[in-house]
Amino acid sequence: MLRYALWRIFGAIPTLLLVIALAFLMVHAAPGGPFDAERVLPPEIEENIARAYHLDESLPQQFFRYLGGLVHGDLGPSYRYRDYSVSELIGNALPVSMQLGVLAMLLAIVAGIAAGLTAALSKNSYIDRLVTGIAMTGISVPVFVVAPVMILVFAVYLHWLPASWTGGTSISRLILPVVTLALPQIAYIARLTRASMIGVLSSDYVRTARAQGLKTFSIIRYHALKPAMLPLLSYMGPAIAGILTGSVVVEEIFGIPGIGQFFIRGALNRDYTLVLGIVICYATLLILLNLVVDLLYGILDPRIRSR
Amino acid sequence: MDELARRMNHGLPFIKCLSLQRPGILACIVILLFGCGGAQDAQRESVLNRGLGAEPESLDTHKARTNQAGDVQRDLGEGLSGYTADGQLELAAAERVEVSEDGLQYTFWLRPEGSWSNGDSVTAQDFVFSFRRLVNPATAAFYAQQSLGDVVNATEIIAGKKPVDVLAVEAIDDLQLKITLNNAVPYFLALLTHPSTFPMHRPSIEAHGDAHARPGNLISNGAYKLQAWEVGSYIEIVRNEHYRNNDKTAIDRVRHHITPEDAAELNRYRAGELDITFSVPSEAFQQMRRERPNELRVSPFLAVYYYGFNLTKPPFRDNPKLRQALSMAIDRETLTEKVTARGEAPAYGWVPPGTNNYEPRQFLYANLSRDERHRKARGLYREAGFSEDKPFSVEIRYNTSQAHRRIALAVQSMWQEVLGVESTLINEEGQVLLQNIRMQDVTQVFRLSWTGDYNDANTFLGIMESDNPSNLTGFRNDEYDGLMDKAAIQTDPGVRQVYLEEAEKLLLSEHPVIPLYFYVNKNMVSPRVHGWEDNVLNYHYSQHLSLSDTD
Amino acid sequence: MSYLAAIKPLIRKSRENKTIVVCSSILLLIAAVALIGPLLSPHHYANTDFENRFMLPSARDWHLFGTDDLGRDLFVRTLLGVKITLFVAIIASCVSLGIGVAYGAIAGYVGGKVDAIMMRAVDALYAMPFIFFVILLMVVFERNFLLIFVAIGAINWLDMARIVRGQTLSLKQREFVDAARLIGVSTPGIILRHITPNLLGVVVVYMTLTIPQAILVESFLSFLGLGVQEPQTSLGALVNGGVSNMEGAPWLLLIPAMVLALVLLCFNFLGDGLRDVTDPKKKS
Repeated sequence: MLRYALWRIFGAIPTLLLVIALAFLMVHAAPGGPFDAERVLPPEIEENIARAYHLDESLPQQFFRYLGGLVHGDLGPSYRYRDYSVSELIGNALPVSMQLGVLAMLLAIVAGIAAGLTAALSKNSYIDRLVTGIAMTGISVPVFVVAPVMILVFAVYLHWLPASWTGGTSISRLILPVVTLALPQIAYIARLTRASMIGVLSSDYVRTARAQGLKTFSIIRYHALKPAMLPLLSYMGPAIAGILTGSVVVEEIFGIPGIGQFFIRGALNRDYTLVLGIVICYATLLILLNLVVDLLYGILDPRIRSR
Repeated sequence: MDELARRMNHGLPFIKCLSLQRPGILACIVILLFGCGGAQDAQRESVLNRGLGAEPESLDTHKARTNQAGDVQRDLGEGLSGYTADGQLELAAAERVEVSEDGLQYTFWLRPEGSWSNGDSVTAQDFVFSFRRLVNPATAAFYAQQSLGDVVNATEIIAGKKPVDVLAVEAIDDLQLKITLNNAVPYFLALLTHPSTFPMHRPSIEAHGDAHARPGNLISNGAYKLQAWEVGSYIEIVRNEHYRNNDKTAIDRVRHHITPEDAAELNRYRAGELDITFSVPSEAFQQMRRERPNELRVSPFLAVYYYGFNLTKPPFRDNPKLRQALSMAIDRETLTEKVTARGEAPAYGWVPPGTNNYEPRQFLYANLSRDERHRKARGLYREAGFSEDKPFSVEIRYNTSQAHRRIALAVQSMWQEVLGVESTLINEEGQVLLQNIRMQDVTQVFRLSWTGDYNDANTFLGIMESDNPSNLTGFRNDEYDGLMDKAAIQTDPGVRQVYLEEAEKLLLSEHPVIPLYFYVNKNMVSPRVHGWEDNVLNYHYSQHLSLSDTD
Repeated sequence: MSYLAAIKPLIRKSRENKTIVVCSSILLLIAAVALIGPLLSPHHYANTDFENRFMLPSARDWHLFGTDDLGRDLFVRTLLGVKITLFVAIIASCVSLGIGVAYGAIAGYVGGKVDAIMMRAVDALYAMPFIFFVILLMVVFERNFLLIFVAIGAINWLDMARIVRGQTLSLKQREFVDAARLIGVSTPGIILRHITPNLLGVVVVYMTLTIPQAILVESFLSFLGLGVQEPQTSLGALVNGGVSNMEGAPWLLLIPAMVLALVLLCFNFLGDGLRDVTDPKKKS
């Protein structure tokens, strides 16, 4: 197991390099530079700036300068937030995004499984339809509609929750963003769980258990739950990616100083180093998380474990 | 840091000394009381929450150029001159100034009570240090040329052709500063209000280098000092007790919140999280006017919204009739009343009203009735060689925003109706558009705006001179340059005003741009904020504001 | 096995499945209205009318859905939005389908080292934060309409490739493939004429899931200001515009949002139904 993990991590390094190179090219290919503005600068000042930020060097030179810094753990200075380095910015923003993402994922899993189980157990009844219906709103209404509506209702009209990241305590300000972020995933997970559970409940060995007289609760706990959860695991990868994407919107709307928001600002401001830093960060995260999911799958699925 | 944790920290010392004694329940009660008392001390401090807009790129006054950075920097620092609450120029760090007859020598006497936030006195050497750093090419400062470009040797130093110490700024003694200019600049004192000319605390910069503008390192000479900066979230500043005017500062703590999006900012204001907003979204404007008329502040702002022509290429090069026709076909009243609808003023000229020492000019057709104007426009259109059967097609470029999109759509439809012009709208991302405009290759008509850097007509007329790098249309007119040159060397303000107005008249008759409207400031200001005075530069120093505790 | 032989049983079973019938009917109805509707209304989607901004929906003057902030008719614009949204989503899905099927089928059939390398590449690509690359792409290429499809298609093909490869691996063992090889059909011929028809079931199911994804990605791009350009619009762009006017003119949000929700739900349920039809035993 350990060898497999190490092998995967090792294999990820060329991927990372590829990712960095691609991102580097794309950001530099984008028209406009980090210091453009409606106020055009006198040519001497433009030269001074280009020199100070090494923008006057050739592209390959800049790329290798960047890689060199990377090896030392230096992600470079931010072109836009001139008092801070990229490592500092990411260092501050990453925990915020992680907190948001992890909480949303947990909520999605708990709520999704609960909803899915409820629906599966009362299949085709009113409860099933109700729960499924509510869950479906998660995938049919985009995040950037849900979020502003929630803010309007809960913050502006009712004053129950803060409208932004700085408006409340460290707990209250998390509620709306986490819920908004989790909604689409709750929907998918609920559907998956429901379908998977129904399948398991109608399978042979469960019917045997029922014939033997086992109570429903025991059946679920000891026989049905684990195999029903398997398809869920394979959805974890896309779920994480979904949370990642959704977090960009949520951070933007709630004004959360997380990675997603910094990325958008970076891309729009042509803050080359910041964008690259975040891309690297994300790619690393994705690789690690996918690895964890694969390992978990291996642990939990006895069919694979024997490999 | 957690609000709760901070309040707890206040209560700790009391808890510590109480636990040394015996009393059981009494101690708990006392702890509770004093614990709350600690928190209440924190609450008696007055805190202002303001929306700042986009995040400042830096708090180093030489490395920043946005208005937002300026807003925070104006709270933190102070230059030789500044503005009153209602936008009048006044001396700030200097208490007296003497200008020579020819307008080339400025001598400043600094206030002896001027202080840095660590107690050091503000000296003339601090200004010299700052100015030298500003023009130093290694600093790569944005405003070097604009702020100090008229000082003797400044331009050469910026270009790296001369060493920094020949800059004609010298400290005659600790409190006396002398600046020598190449030519008389009537608005020089206004230039010295800009944060790039604020003094700098030399020991901090030498100790911290590029990290000097961060909380814990930044030493400032203004009403506030930097307490915290949560990047992406807010900048917090607290009272600078050493400030020369500290007893007039009412608010103890100010949080400048980063609010890049105006709709979200308004939500925060309505939820009670902000006392002042940076802007008001146009979609909510009418609603705010109805629901909170006393909190909505609208006033003229020194900025113009315009469509520029690319004059370096056909079809607009050497085609003034076409340009004029297009300009006349637009209904500016409809734009400001129905499309933007926030109290903006239709622009029939280039320099905004409210500019100091100036009477703005207008287009000759400004007073025509709508029908007449349309008729004349059609006539010019035909003379330019176009008609219903041979329509003119053009591309209008603008940067992504709901507001710009609406105006572009309106203009497109007006040109279609009045002239039969077929226009294509191209929405580009901000940086992309700027680069296209600068390259002057693909652009035809593009949307831009221009904000005055100081309260003088020169900040608007200057960018139309042929040698100005901010001249984005490619307008070149020798007579115009001549008039501007004459105005530049003129020391008599009355005569200067005549030259400037003549220049604007000439500019307008050539139609290098289509000014659409003059901006307005729009802010929501909570009823608990006092001291807010509308002014044309939209500078609202926190030290001029106070809070009444109505909640 | 030809394509026709593969489709026939699918169609038969689909007609019996209630979900599929209902959902596809709704979608076809929406599409039909989107095509015909604008012909009935006197308004054009780009006509601004400053005198009649923010009108409530009413039968008067054919403003069935009211007007927007520039006085443009919402009914016609919503239909246009449907057209463009579906167009973008279907094309984007086809792009990801094309790439995914080709990639997966080749990797699965050829097998061995080639398969290993190709699948390793897919693993590697999974690590790319695609949404960021899409944003960067849009910023770089200035929102070329065509590129929207390419960018969206480029996000989704990985899953398709994996599934197709899995299917191909199992199909490879079947007798008709051996038979074709004996006759002397070339490898590309086998892939094209024998393997891919059998992938139809899987592919169709996947399409119905990729399409909603593509729709949401396009809406997300509109949110960032990078989507379809004025004066044209998509459901995502309409919804975004509606959010800004939520309090003053709620119909500008509600109507496009409901249409969008309906379309998304239909595709999702359609996918469920198709999955039942093509793979009654396996539920993945």
